[in-house]
Amino acid sequence: MSTSILEPTPQAAPEPPEPERHWKDFFGFSTDHKVIAIQYFVVSFAFYMIAGAMATTIRVELATPDADFLGYEHYNGVLTLHGTMMIFLWIVPAGAAFANYLIPLQVGAKDMAFPVMNGLAFWLVPPGGALLLLSLLAETPPSAGWTSYPPLSLMTGQVGQMMWILALLLLGTSSILGGVNFVTTILKMRIPGMTLYDMPLFCWAMLATSLLILISTPVLAGALILLSFDLLAGTAFFNPTGGGDPVVYQHMFWFYSHPAVYIMVLPVFGIISDVLPVHARKPVFGYKAIAYSSLAIAFLGNIVWAHHMFTSGTPGWLRMFFMAATMVIAVPTGIKVFSWVATIWGGKLRLNSAMLFAIGFVSMFLVGGLSGVMVASVPFDIHVHDTYFIVAHFHYVLFGGSVFGIYSGLYHWYPKMVGRMLDETWGKVHFVLTFVGFNLCFFPMHILGLQGMPRRVVQYDPAFEDINRICTIGSIILAVSTLPFLYNAIRSWFWGEKASANPWNALTLEWQTSSPPIIENFEEEPVLWSGPYDYGIDSEPEEDDRSVAELLAEVKAEM
Amino acid sequence: MQTTVDTTPENDAVEHGHGAHGDHPDHRLFGMFVFLGAEAMIFLGLFAAYLTFRAVADVWPPAGTPERELLLPGINTIILISSSFIMNRGNQAIRKNDVKGLQFWFGITAALGAVFLVGQGYEYYTNTFGLTDNLFTSTFYVLTGFHGLHVMFGLSLILMVLLRSTTPGHYSSESHFGVEASELYWHFVDVVWIVLFLILYIL
Amino acid sequence: MERVNKIPPAISLTIAGTAITIASIWYGQHHGWLPEAASQNAPMVDELFNLMMGISTWLFLAIQGALVVAIIKFRKKPGDETDGPPIEGNLMLELVWTAIPVVIVMVLAVYSFDVYQQMGGLDPMASHDHSRVASVKSGAAIAGSIGEDAPGGGDRVALGIGANPDVEGNAADVTIDVMGLQYAWLFTYPGEVGTGELHVPAGKDIQLNIKAMDVLHAFWVPQFRLKQDAIPGRTTQLRFRPEVTGHYPIVCAELCGPFHGAMRSEIVVDTPEDYELWLAEQVATASDDSRLATNESQLELATELRDADRLMLHPNMPDVSAEMVAQMSHMHAHHHP
Repeated sequence: MSTSILEPTPQAAPEPPEPERHWKDFFGFSTDHKVIAIQYFVVSFAFYMIAGAMATTIRVELATPDADFLGYEHYNGVLTLHGTMMIFLWIVPAGAAFANYLIPLQVGAKDMAFPVMNGLAFWLVPPGGALLLLSLLAETPPSAGWTSYPPLSLMTGQVGQMMWILALLLLGTSSILGGVNFVTTILKMRIPGMTLYDMPLFCWAMLATSLLILISTPVLAGALILLSFDLLAGTAFFNPTGGGDPVVYQHMFWFYSHPAVYIMVLPVFGIISDVLPVHARKPVFGYKAIAYSSLAIAFLGNIVWAHHMFTSGTPGWLRMFFMAATMVIAVPTGIKVFSWVATIWGGKLRLNSAMLFAIGFVSMFLVGGLSGVMVASVPFDIHVHDTYFIVAHFHYVLFGGSVFGIYSGLYHWYPKMVGRMLDETWGKVHFVLTFVGFNLCFFPMHILGLQGMPRRVVQYDPAFEDINRICTIGSIILAVSTLPFLYNAIRSWFWGEKASANPWNALTLEWQTSSPPIIENFEEEPVLWSGPYDYGIDSEPEEDDRSVAELLAEVKAEM
Repeated sequence: MQTTVDTTPENDAVEHGHGAHGDHPDHRLFGMFVFLGAEAMIFLGLFAAYLTFRAVADVWPPAGTPERELLLPGINTIILISSSFIMNRGNQAIRKNDVKGLQFWFGITAALGAVFLVGQGYEYYTNTFGLTDNLFTSTFYVLTGFHGLHVMFGLSLILMVLLRSTTPGHYSSESHFGVEASELYWHFVDVVWIVLFLILYIL
Repeated sequence: MERVNKIPPAISLTIAGTAITIASIWYGQHHGWLPEAASQNAPMVDELFNLMMGISTWLFLAIQGALVVAIIKFRKKPGDETDGPPIEGNLMLELVWTAIPVVIVMVLAVYSFDVYQQMGGLDPMASHDHSRVASVKSGAAIAGSIGEDAPGGGDRVALGIGANPDVEGNAADVTIDVMGLQYAWLFTYPGEVGTGELHVPAGKDIQLNIKAMDVLHAFWVPQFRLKQDAIPGRTTQLRFRPEVTGHYPIVCAELCGPFHGAMRSEIVVDTPEDYELWLAEQVATASDDSRLATNESQLELATELRDADRLMLHPNMPDVSAEMVAQMSHMHAHHHP
């Protein structure tokens, strides 16, 4: 499927002279951030579909209380790879895809700070993904869950588990290299005159994300190095039979993997903050509050990891500290949600697919945020930890949050990236199916968990069968919902309506160049003539009554 | 993992630094700083794991761990620390366009780095405990080994600088990113060793 | 605004707010999502959850409501290509909606802390990694099980839920050793009585000392709202008071292998009289030939599953035989004369 998206790339070649974009660029090592971004998009979407297919098989298995579809042999392997791939090969690289495409354009640069390193970072992803896929064919695939807690992970298949570790090391390295590039580009390569407060909020979000990547991902690498010694060399860092301590692994793992949640959702916060004002035709509400709250979330995200271990080997006082720290995150997150609602309130909403997914994001993420505050509470978390309540919670954050946001971003920037518009009707069909399927699949899981169904089980109490059936039906609708998007994306690539440079009349810099942008982005250095979200100047009676479109045209003419 | 990661700033320097995107100022040193920050986090993670094992255990090192010889690692520490100062003289030299001076001081640094590695190897060879004996010996070998890999990499950076410095005009008082980067890296390796020495041998 | 809605905004807002508030308070108490509450601490947890449900319902209705209203009311009119008003923020409003979550989480944190303390989560005997303290205090209930495991030599003692403040410092009425292994729970009562099913007397202070033999497991009784991981090399603890007699499931809540979902058992809350009868019966059976007679079926199942597991999937798994389990079980039973 990935190739079918890639093939039509010659269409994307811009007419202007100078160095031409060649379709072969997309299949080899490129240093152009836009090419790398498309490569990220296509590869991560391909893995999304693979991991999504795995999710569907999991749900089909769980349609009945017995282990009768995947069975005991395959269930845990599929479960482990579903989680690992969705995180490390879909949401994280999809965030990197947006970052690659947008950061240089939004700060008015010609490319990333370190283009070669950028290409290298991308090319670590396919081998990592291939390793994970191949591990399915190992005698025993990695089957200790995406958390791979020892001692279980030391007792399942050695080969499969080691492939899992290597894949994560590759993907982690890719992520770190990306982070170095994003930080440097954002801090050092803005056009003259663009202060940090003139940046689009996506750049703020990526700044926070990159800091999180740089601080936390290396610690995961440390944990995986120790785990691989236990696995291969016979040490006992995490193995109690040799005096080691499995709880230390949990600490190191979550020191990365909790921030990883913010690594996955912060870029999407940035996307939403950029999409909502454009289609609401209204300035973003509380720019600085949203910008700072990203940094606050990044900071707090680093000191809450042990809330994943409230029922593990953590002493009571530690549980209390991490409960308090975790709850505090509700404050910056709440600020964002309120600000988004206030942004669309009173606007003139263009309810196109990008906007629907953006509003859908706010609505679904809210549910994940509310259940997030609940599970921060230690006495309650003790009940629901490792149950379907948690499964529901993190799917609301990572699917209802991240994936809705990614779709919103795709509908919003597709015209810029491809030079053609997506079809709105199919976009709306896609949205409705996704929204219905998602809620049908994941909302009932809250109740399952509260009632007593643990997660990661292939067989369960028959009392839960009815609710599980609903979830399975939802998951199938969700799987089907991908098809209209795929059809739309491929069809529009060839035959979509041609997109102008600025089809949405947006104000950020990426819309000041052609669609798709020329090889080094801008004909001349772009001019920062307004803030990123200065909408509504035409409704100010004092000023002239030209529309944004006219102003933009004027600026273009002056250039 | 390490090697792939570390070479990239240098590669950028060669292939891209002042090529197609040459009209923006050089951010490679900034990128290097950011990257070393991430590197430091791996070590911090490993140190934290070690200190946790230690704090949770009743007896540390676990019963039966042989006494550790302090003399050799002590000498090694002095060698590594002094090499950092010596290396800095090389950087000062190239700031004055003195390529010979750069080569002289970097040459000594490389030699000291090699001596450190040999000393480390000798210590491994003479140690009476093995990797899997107990939790202490495991962490000992993984931490020192992981650091040793970094020393090796730092050493190869220095050797690369030495090799390139034979090309006339490759380094000058204006342009000597390779010198700066390898020195930065070497200091980083040095600081990590000091912490490592303190927690593994002294504490 | 007025054109669409004849009622002044202040009034419609008040009406909407009141309706949402009433609905939230009602739903917070009547969601019916929680299973039966059968232990002393369960109603406390439920009240906490009900409060959180109430607050969440309020926020859910208010924010989703605002989104729906915005979609309907502020959608672009056909042909209108102008922008909305250039409102970039409102300091007062922003302060208010920063303060709202601050207040909410402060209330919830203090309340949760209180519930956790009432449950016994902060009992110093259970809430610290206090190996040194514990090895000195020989009279304490948990001291009995210290010292024979943790091959590295470290005693990592009792983490989990301890005595609630009323009974803090007292020994529990009944102390039972729990051993999690792939894929069964084994329970050892004082007097070396081993069972595969957990019986506890209602209204009594129960303490479970939880260990794991192979990998991580988690002991969960949904009706008690209690869960604690079983960690190889450590002893963890759950102390609670069952209140309502009946049969409840014991669920393993930490992935422990392919048959994780099959790792279930049952906890039976008896009246104290029934419990004594049952225990006497167990003691009688146990003094027969085999101590493990009663939990033979449980063990057989575990062994069977493990064998299947090993053959099919886990060539590297260390060989755990039924005898080893029996030995371990015996060993632990020994410490409660």
